[in-house]
Amino acid sequence: MIEMMLETFETGTGYWHPLVWVTAFVIIFLIVYIIRGFGEKKYKKGTGQTQAFLSGNKEYDKQLMHVQSSNLYWGWTEALKWIIDVLKKMHTGNVSDYVLWFVVVMGILLLFVGLM
Amino acid sequence: MIANIPYLTVAGLIIIGLYTLLFKKNLIKMVIGITILQSGVNLFLITLGYRMGSVAPIFTGNADNPVMSYPVPQALTLTSIVIGVAVLALMLSLVIHIYRHHGSLHVSKLGGDDQ
Amino acid sequence: MNIVDMLLTHAPALTIAIPLLGAFLTPLISRVSEKGRNIFAIIIVGITALFVFLMASEILANGPMTYVFGSTAATVQQSTVIRILFEVDALSIFMAIIGIILSFVAVVYSYAFMEKNTGLDKYYTLLLLMTTGMLGMMLTGDMFNFFVFLEITSIASAALVAFWTNKAKAVEAGFKYIVISTIGALFVLFAIALLYGQYDALNMAKIAQSLGISGFTFIDKIALVLFIAALAMKGGLAPMHMWLPDAYGQAPASISLLLIGATQASLYGLFRIVFTVYGEVISLPAISIGWILVLLGLITMLIGVIMAIIQTDFKRLIGYGAVAELGYMALAVGTGLTIVANADPNITLQTAPFAMKAITGGLFHVINDALDIGLLFLVAGAVYYATKETSLNKLGGLARNMKYTTIFFIIGLLAVSGLPPFNGFASKLLIYESTYQLNPILSIVAILSSILLLAIFVKVLHSVFLGPALPKYETVREVPKSMLLAMAVIAGIIIVFGLFPQVIVTNLVEPAANALVNNSGYLQWLTGGF
Repeated sequence: MIEMMLETFETGTGYWHPLVWVTAFVIIFLIVYIIRGFGEKKYKKGTGQTQAFLSGNKEYDKQLMHVQSSNLYWGWTEALKWIIDVLKKMHTGNVSDYVLWFVVVMGILLLFVGLM
Repeated sequence: MIANIPYLTVAGLIIIGLYTLLFKKNLIKMVIGITILQSGVNLFLITLGYRMGSVAPIFTGNADNPVMSYPVPQALTLTSIVIGVAVLALMLSLVIHIYRHHGSLHVSKLGGDDQ
Repeated sequence: MNIVDMLLTHAPALTIAIPLLGAFLTPLISRVSEKGRNIFAIIIVGITALFVFLMASEILANGPMTYVFGSTAATVQQSTVIRILFEVDALSIFMAIIGIILSFVAVVYSYAFMEKNTGLDKYYTLLLLMTTGMLGMMLTGDMFNFFVFLEITSIASAALVAFWTNKAKAVEAGFKYIVISTIGALFVLFAIALLYGQYDALNMAKIAQSLGISGFTFIDKIALVLFIAALAMKGGLAPMHMWLPDAYGQAPASISLLLIGATQASLYGLFRIVFTVYGEVISLPAISIGWILVLLGLITMLIGVIMAIIQTDFKRLIGYGAVAELGYMALAVGTGLTIVANADPNITLQTAPFAMKAITGGLFHVINDALDIGLLFLVAGAVYYATKETSLNKLGGLARNMKYTTIFFIIGLLAVSGLPPFNGFASKLLIYESTYQLNPILSIVAILSSILLLAIFVKVLHSVFLGPALPKYETVREVPKSMLLAMAVIAGIIIVFGLFPQVIVTNLVEPAANALVNNSGYLQWLTGGF
């Protein structure tokens, strides 16, 4: 059983061994952690170091500081607006349209398979 | 030709059912459309079991006309009808709830979460 | 005959009978004790799980099991006997294991999650009925029986999606789901009737044999198209996936989890019909059903991820993520089929290079998707339980108060986007490498969708769990232990599958893939004395 658990995962053209990966990950993590230990230890709570804005700007209310999910990936959604708009138009939430898509797909498949 | 009439009816019922689902905007009418579709499929099942000049598949001891129609499609159709009743009841009860929420049965009241 | 052997002989029937009986006993027990009913449901699903695992050990060691309802002789006085057969092979049992794990986690999770709701006797009855239907779809060897179980699953799950009837959107989602399910099921029934009319049989193996003899007639083609379209719709493949985010997003989280099982049962039906029932004719080079599945899979993945990225509702977003994941399965299995159809005629499904790897990857992804997306749904449910909020724009900073939930979410997030060392990576690696052999574009799209899935769920991680502590969520506490236990079970399985993929693939997935591509094992009961 133990031997079986140590087997390499074969994928046809490649292979993958999670345990080796995990070991490597742990070793690298330890090295990083040791290097981190050499760093500056001058962090002080309650001083200017901990403020959100180093330049001394006023910090807003917590509610306003949180970046909301609809503000994330703004550039991405803006660049792909053309396709997102089409897809949004497709998803009407109207059950007749759901049935229409089913009929359309069935029709295409009938043509496709019927002509073969 | 006369033997094909059930199949034409089946096609007709299924097309009417799909038409109702696609183009009627009232939820109750859509439920009716599904019921018509169901009737079409049930009719198709029952037609499959018919043999020319057959009698109902019950052993009566009467050997005059031994040709019986197939009993299996009839059993299937019965099951399908029973399931259909359950589905119909569930759909109508959901329609009642939708009406309570929106005060309307128009299909465009549904969804639109992605718009 | 000792008791274990006897139970094993009847295991296929008992797997269906126990949850069915339990479903109708639940309201009675509910009269006695509320708590007793919850524990009763857990016990019932637990016993069913024992039977499933008992069957699994038997089938993986000794090959398919057949269980006959009715006459044991196939013919009496030269006429075929009407009866129902359960034909359980490695693929069926593989799916049943997924179904029962999901079902078990769902009942354990419901214990605390649904606590404050009324009408829970109905909830548990429907949940057990849904389990019954799901398992029935996976174990049956009879076409009409498959339709009946499909409808049982649909009715129970539509009622459960609309369980919170005070929410308008939940009722709408339930209505859409039942309409779509009924239409799908009716077209499945129509296709079954077409095959029945041709071959006078309802048994899958019998139909497969007759199809092999008669060739591939026009009516068979129509039936195949109806099956593919209807089951792909029930299985949530684009562009017929739109009911899925509605239903998954509005159902209680435990039901979303179980809906994954129901969706995958439909997908299983699709694979079973394409590979087993049409197994004799499907690898004819002229019929590229494989390409249809590949195209559906590609569209599904792309639409799923692009729509997920703009969602602002937690559970709806995961619903679109689930759509994208379903695409991988169709892509992988379709690739396996296409490789064979493109190869020269003397290469079969078993000998074609990478075809088996693709199908193994696809099936391995079925179980991985169920676990990963399931875990994410449970986390979404936990967040809803703690905050009564699902909008991503209003949530924030929950990691401070819900440490374990956050850890489970991170596990789910890494697993679903296919990052090592979690289980999603292992199956996606198989899929990437095998689809690359057919066409590099396929694996590029697959990798792209994985990256986008990571981006989508990192967005959720940021907006729900990270960020400054919001004042209105200061009083939020960690969810009850039974919910954490349910999540921990899934997270544990995810990690085990991720660390030891080869064990799972050799012992569970490869037998299933072999059973799928090699329908002679399924047909053997015809000659095996039944």
